[in-house]
Amino acid sequence: MKITKHSPVGHVDGGAAVKEALKLLSRRVEQPSRRAFLERSLTLGGLAMLGGCSITDDASVEAALMKVSRFNDRVQGWLFDPTRLAATNPESMITRPFPFNAYYGESEVREVDGDAWRLEVTGLVADKRNWTLADLRSMPQHDQVTRHICVEGWSAIGKWGGVPFSHFLQRVGADLGAKYVGFKCADDYYTSIDMATALHPQTVLALTYDGQMLPPKYGYPVKLRMPTKLGYKNPKHIRAIFVTNTYPGGYWEDQGYNWFGGS
Amino acid sequence: MSHSNIPASGLTAEAINLPHSMTTSTIPMNAPIGATIHPAWMRTSHWLNALAVVLMVTSGWRIYNAAPFFEFRFPGEITLGGWLGGALQWHFAGMWLLVLNGLIYLALNVSSGRLARKFFPLTFAVVWHDLRDALHGRLSHANPRHYNGLQRLAYLFAIADLALLVLSGLALWKSVQIPFLREALGGYEGARRVHFFAMAALMAFVAGHLVMVALVPRTLLVMIRGR
Repeated sequence: MKITKHSPVGHVDGGAAVKEALKLLSRRVEQPSRRAFLERSLTLGGLAMLGGCSITDDASVEAALMKVSRFNDRVQGWLFDPTRLAATNPESMITRPFPFNAYYGESEVREVDGDAWRLEVTGLVADKRNWTLADLRSMPQHDQVTRHICVEGWSAIGKWGGVPFSHFLQRVGADLGAKYVGFKCADDYYTSIDMATALHPQTVLALTYDGQMLPPKYGYPVKLRMPTKLGYKNPKHIRAIFVTNTYPGGYWEDQGYNWFGGS
Repeated sequence: MSHSNIPASGLTAEAINLPHSMTTSTIPMNAPIGATIHPAWMRTSHWLNALAVVLMVTSGWRIYNAAPFFEFRFPGEITLGGWLGGALQWHFAGMWLLVLNGLIYLALNVSSGRLARKFFPLTFAVVWHDLRDALHGRLSHANPRHYNGLQRLAYLFAIADLALLVLSGLALWKSVQIPFLREALGGYEGARRVHFFAMAALMAFVAGHLVMVALVPRTLLVMIRGR
């Protein structure tokens, strides 16, 4: 059987079924218009079975898929329980080494000068002053051992510590009724999250990884860690935070990853 | 056996005075010519489900390829979406078709009594008997009005497997929000494997299903035009 060359199962059987059906139809369906209709529908079905070549390139298909993705954002916002905690794990379950992941390779990790670094806070906040690393370290800290889930499917358990983000937002007098919190990063990454997740008790402005100062590859000096979101929603090397009601998008989100990206 | 399994709604051979020898498998003898075998709602949901499965499986293969947990990847040409983000968009759009169509199918199948009529009773003895017939090349598929024991088992398996695919998919998508489902499937990583193997089992069903359609092409016509 020729399908085994490609995969355990495939579309060749589907194609054969379509051909068989076309043959049957031409024999049995006498009315020409009805036959043409059935043949056309079968061909359509057959094309769909042949998979992603032509249909995915179509701009209108892409636009429709993006619309469904935005609809899924709303559904997920509705499913999100702001008090539901992600499972925590014992430290013995931490994945070592914890995998590096970014839109660039590990050799291109940005080195940020922590002394010169300042965190900008803008948008719908009362206090827009810049923050130093020492300012953040002087706030109450919280750590957690939780599972990080990547959009690619893999997962790994890590330990992050830092300032609960809800405390930080309250401290800067953020409009907690605003829709979005956006992030701009020193590696030119950017993303944004919903306010409900920003206020979630396990959402942490992380300063440490596994009890040590956050290393560059995990986002020095500051990363936002959310066990309720997929990896690409967790920005590293944050240099600016803004609160807004205007949809800010994100590096991957603008290319098609789901914006809510939550588990 | 075949007599008791003729649906109550259809006319039996006796009722239209046909010789007994012609009753077992020749379809037009069981019912008035032109009578519907598969109702329109069932044919519609079958083809929508087929489309949804094709979309979900081909996009799912590309998602699997992003972080395979076995030594193989699916060839890119048979996947849908072009890249991971595109595949995810198809997958999370296709899920609505799969789930909504599946729920409508189940609701109509149960409420119309079709499920009870066509699939039950399903006993071990019937399955065993039909399996032996099948292995001896004696099992007839030629009457699309009647599901033999193996068909009943196979179609019920497909329904249950699709339900498992949806539930394990839900556990992966919302692993924090639905902790009992996640834990029931062995945690996040366990749910990934369940999702994968349920897909593989569905593909095994589809392969067998397509072989049977090729062997008894009339069933395809019945599924298209209803008779």
